[in-house]
Amino acid sequence: MLEVSAIHSFYGKAHILDGLSFSVARGEVVALLGRNGAGKSTTMKSVMQLVPPRAGSVSFEGRELVGLPAYRTAKAGLGYVPEDRRIFSDLTVLENLEVGRQPPREGAPHWTVAQLFELFPNLAERRHNRGKHMSGGEQQMLSIARTLMGNPALLLLDEPSEGIAPVIVEQMARSILTLKAEGLTVLISEQNLHFARAVADRAIILESGQKKFDGSFALLEKQPEIRDAYLSV
Amino acid sequence: MAFLFAQFLTGLANAAALFLVASGLSLIFGVTRIVNFAHGSFYMLGAFIGVTLMEVLPGHLGFWGAIVLTGLAVGLIGALVEVVVLRRIYRAPELFQLVATFGVILVIQDLALMIWGAEDRLGPRAPGLRGVWRIFGEPVPKYDIVLIAITPFILLALWYLITRTRLGILVRAATQDREMVGALGVNQAWLFTGVFALGSALAGWGGALQLPTGGADLLMDFNIIGAVFVVVVIGGMGSLPGAFVASVLISVLNVFGVTYLPQSTLVLMFVVMALVLIVRPYGLLGREEVAGEHGQVGAPETPIRPYGPLGVALTAALLALLAALPAFADTFLMVLVIDIVVFALFAASLHFILGTGGLVSFGHAAFFGGGAYAAALLVFHTQTPMELAFLFAPLAAGLLALGIGWFCIRLSGVYFAMLTLAFSQLVWSLAFQWRSVTRGDDGLINIWPADWLNATVPYYYFTLALGVGGILTLRHVIHSPFGYALRAGRDSPRQAEAMGIDVKRVQLVAFALAGAMAGLAGGLFVFSKGSVFPTELEIAKSFDALIVVFLGGVKTLAGGVVGASFMTSVEHWLTRLEYWRLLLGLVIIAVVILMPEGIVGTLHRLWQRWRPASEDTAR
Repeated sequence: MLEVSAIHSFYGKAHILDGLSFSVARGEVVALLGRNGAGKSTTMKSVMQLVPPRAGSVSFEGRELVGLPAYRTAKAGLGYVPEDRRIFSDLTVLENLEVGRQPPREGAPHWTVAQLFELFPNLAERRHNRGKHMSGGEQQMLSIARTLMGNPALLLLDEPSEGIAPVIVEQMARSILTLKAEGLTVLISEQNLHFARAVADRAIILESGQKKFDGSFALLEKQPEIRDAYLSV
Repeated sequence: MAFLFAQFLTGLANAAALFLVASGLSLIFGVTRIVNFAHGSFYMLGAFIGVTLMEVLPGHLGFWGAIVLTGLAVGLIGALVEVVVLRRIYRAPELFQLVATFGVILVIQDLALMIWGAEDRLGPRAPGLRGVWRIFGEPVPKYDIVLIAITPFILLALWYLITRTRLGILVRAATQDREMVGALGVNQAWLFTGVFALGSALAGWGGALQLPTGGADLLMDFNIIGAVFVVVVIGGMGSLPGAFVASVLISVLNVFGVTYLPQSTLVLMFVVMALVLIVRPYGLLGREEVAGEHGQVGAPETPIRPYGPLGVALTAALLALLAALPAFADTFLMVLVIDIVVFALFAASLHFILGTGGLVSFGHAAFFGGGAYAAALLVFHTQTPMELAFLFAPLAAGLLALGIGWFCIRLSGVYFAMLTLAFSQLVWSLAFQWRSVTRGDDGLINIWPADWLNATVPYYYFTLALGVGGILTLRHVIHSPFGYALRAGRDSPRQAEAMGIDVKRVQLVAFALAGAMAGLAGGLFVFSKGSVFPTELEIAKSFDALIVVFLGGVKTLAGGVVGASFMTSVEHWLTRLEYWRLLLGLVIIAVVILMPEGIVGTLHRLWQRWRPASEDTAR
């Protein structure tokens, strides 16, 4: 479904992604793992074309994304949930969801506000609250719900467990498993190995913008030296 | 009492058009972050297009239909301007776009002159609303009452649009975080175009609605833009109810001002704005601007370095050429170079506070004209020798800047810009209306230099020495520890404070230094022309300096000087032509689109592409 081949991405002159390639199949949940600064968030932004790669290709269902503006990438069926959530703090929960709303898409689950409130019950209680009056966990849920309003076929989740209370993290894991059961494909970046193992089918480990490991968690278990070298556990 | 009430109603009626124009500006600024100087031009277009349509369409339906159509037409023109000009430069340094909008003003002025001619047009009376109604015995025009009745509905309609519709929600979301709105699948380009079109349409409606009480003329654009900015700032940038309250406040005050304190009219609203901003720095209903909330656009600041050997050699060669100029040039060319040097110093002083200090002043002419007036007043009233009076130019301007800066420095961003604008208007109106001292718009004349300087060649060298000296001094300060502190305060005020830099104090001193240097330029100016008029203190003068700084390149060291030289030369050639504004406007827009980093910034980039390994010398 998603085919990333040999992308190079930069911030100004800083070379962040160094010929990174990987793929995600339909219905899969894949976790991008790695330390701070390994290039996880940049990978997400490069797939989304918020940080367009200077070389290489990102193809989604056979369609080349490099060169498209971010809104066209979103319209192609990618949903992006940023690391820092980027809630519209002056808008209410309902208004935030409205910004994300897009027409239904073939081959992707269709979400309504009511269904999202079922998935994230906390949001239902706070539907008229402004974004800035919500806790970190609630903002994270809102950010995911807002992106789901676009009915994406592939969800890019950037560090959803970061800075959130443990009880909410568990709830988040259940929600992601629900999304998977609905047939959504998910690429998730994480530092929390435990959380990643709970939700993902496969792990990709990044270091200095290069891929160091790509395989199942079972395989990763058998190679503790990789875990020790590239993940801070 | 009845008279007072009638006056109050007149003020309310005048508020209608003002509110329409101001709400449009506020909307555009909120979403696109563009300070649209050309907004007054859309208001003027609304008036002219409205008059034309009303002549063609008859009767009740014609009058009101013409108003509706006018808004749509001006909205279309606004969309065209956005797509053709502004869309290309959203990623340029912040406030760069205002240069483009200035070009648009010039183009629209000449196009309006071509299409509608120079004569003022009287607006037609609204059919069925020609007479007056008596209210407590006082005559109040019927049309005024209708305007008063319409305004709340306009506010209500706008409020509904912004708070209750999908478009409004997207607009508010984009005001906070444009990039995220794009990542959610919304084409921001068209959202921006839509908002710009709507804002322009509102200005057009404002221009058409005021026709029966006002009319249409070619000065409307500049006449309203001051008031519109004042309203938006008093109300709070981006707040519709704020714009409404402020429109009413300013219009009512103006009506009473005209009646009871006629000499106050030029400055009243600026005094109100200054008072409001000193008490409430973000306007009556505005919110504090959180730094970085809107996402930085464009590239981050690159460090600046002193010239390398090549740069020094080129500069020295240029100076040698200028020094040798009197040997072979005629008076005409020397006078042109004097003008260029004076303007270059003025622009360099603004560039210093704007580029290095990060403080965008919209009122820098106060110090240029202030210096010129200080010297001229001494010569005119006390026959002070020129040498002494000349010294007073930078001194007085520096002190003036210290005083004004003390009030302004506590604000930042657009609010800082507006407060400097307010103070410069105060200074201007002082020069304009305190006739017993300044002789008003008759100006101060016969201000000639001392005998030993009173010829073109000696004065040429005098200007060259002091002008170049002033510019070099500013450059030197930028590379001194004080300059580092100033840049630290610009890039990261909190970190700078944490390192023990008193940011506000550093900014105040820098502001005063910039003022003194502008005053020096003013001193050079007044003795080269032999006279000074209030025009040297006008908003237009401040804008001239802003334009050349941005044109030259705000993030480069030589930007102000190069921009000023470019502009003075171009203006010199173009003003001979009939439609020079149109051409100048097109030149400005072309430079803005082709060189989004300014002339120097873009040349520098080309240079680096050509010689990627070379030293950082071209700036």
